[in-house]
Amino acid sequence: MNFKFRRKRISGILTVLPAREQSFVEDMRNFKFSEARSLKLKEVMGYDKHRIVEPGTCVSDLAVAGMEHLFKNGLLHPDEFDALILITQSPDYFMPPTSNVIQGRLNLKHDLLCLDINQGCAGFVIGMIQALSLLEQESINRVVIINADVLSRKTSPKDRNSYPLIGDGASITVVERDTEDSVIHANLKMDGTRSNVLMIPAGGLRQPSSLETALLEDVGDNNLRARDHLHMDGSAVFNFVQMEVPPLIENLLKHAGATMNGVDYFFCHQPNRFMLQKLADKMKVPYAKMPSNVVEHFGNSSGVTIPTAIAFNLQEPLLQKKLRVCLAGFGVGLTWCAMLLDLGPLNFNTIIEY
Amino acid sequence: MNEITAILKTIRPEVDFSQSKDFIGDGLLDSFDVVTLVSSLDKHFGISIQGVDIVPENFKDLATIEALLRKNGGKL
Repeated sequence: MNFKFRRKRISGILTVLPAREQSFVEDMRNFKFSEARSLKLKEVMGYDKHRIVEPGTCVSDLAVAGMEHLFKNGLLHPDEFDALILITQSPDYFMPPTSNVIQGRLNLKHDLLCLDINQGCAGFVIGMIQALSLLEQESINRVVIINADVLSRKTSPKDRNSYPLIGDGASITVVERDTEDSVIHANLKMDGTRSNVLMIPAGGLRQPSSLETALLEDVGDNNLRARDHLHMDGSAVFNFVQMEVPPLIENLLKHAGATMNGVDYFFCHQPNRFMLQKLADKMKVPYAKMPSNVVEHFGNSSGVTIPTAIAFNLQEPLLQKKLRVCLAGFGVGLTWCAMLLDLGPLNFNTIIEY
Repeated sequence: MNEITAILKTIRPEVDFSQSKDFIGDGLLDSFDVVTLVSSLDKHFGISIQGVDIVPENFKDLATIEALLRKNGGKL
């Protein structure tokens, strides 16, 4: 599915990361694998450090901290945005929507559309598509997109398939109308027949949480996890990404009348370094144009990895100039989507700690 | 010992691969071992095995790994 938006722009990006840092070497003590075998994995996948929230910290805590930072520093005015979109898979509650919780905690105006979207690693692009669509309305002049997840709280520390790569975090992206005649292209695909590849089996109404679903089980590959925990079929996810993402980006560029060489940077969601380097090889994109350094420094924080990569790799340049970037998100759903846009100069582009 | 066997031994030194006809099915290699193996094969043979080829059936035994390397330009 193709999308095209005119005269819209991202005006600022802020990422909020937990101050607590955990290392892969510490994690290894929980795994039932030899040290040598785990260290090889560290090298190939780029696992090193990841940011994990303190027990009890929720998505709204990270989001409110980020919003207060923007208000306090005069980077965003509380009355000057008309929609707040939260994209998360780890909401504070089943109900009410966490976006409303954030609205309430910040005492924001009532003329505000608050919207929760249940999406994960594709969530940055999904949030952008939603925000850009809302900006077609005359009553909406500026939209705040919050991507946030604290999935470490739903991941077994004894599951080497998932825990070492998980990171927590939030990002706040401000999207508004552009005075220039800019064009943003996007392409989106979804396949619900593969929805079991990435899931938390228990905790919803299909399989409510119980003492039984909280018990760690040996899942047959030396990993221990409960049905309350995140389950990821790593091989299936890897093959999905390698199969679907290159043609998605190719089609996006074709639809936009653009070329690979005309793109300054490819910011893809970052599950691990190996996966991104294989993508870059397939697409014949130099590694320098497709940063893959978020997982090793901060972990994979779902929809937050793209804005984190932007702020971590291009903090200063994007305050000064405009770059042509291609964004690609892929994950739970399954969902895969990409976006081509001019990014910058931004009003803010930074990372803070919570 | 051929080059592939030598690389397999660096990943799972405690395993005797010669006794298995199905490395994945017999539990000698898990999905992360496969990733480590691909990374080692890429470096050793100066190639980049395509992501779409990293599926269990291509790592079943020495013959399938050899075929995979040839397909991706590896000179054995």
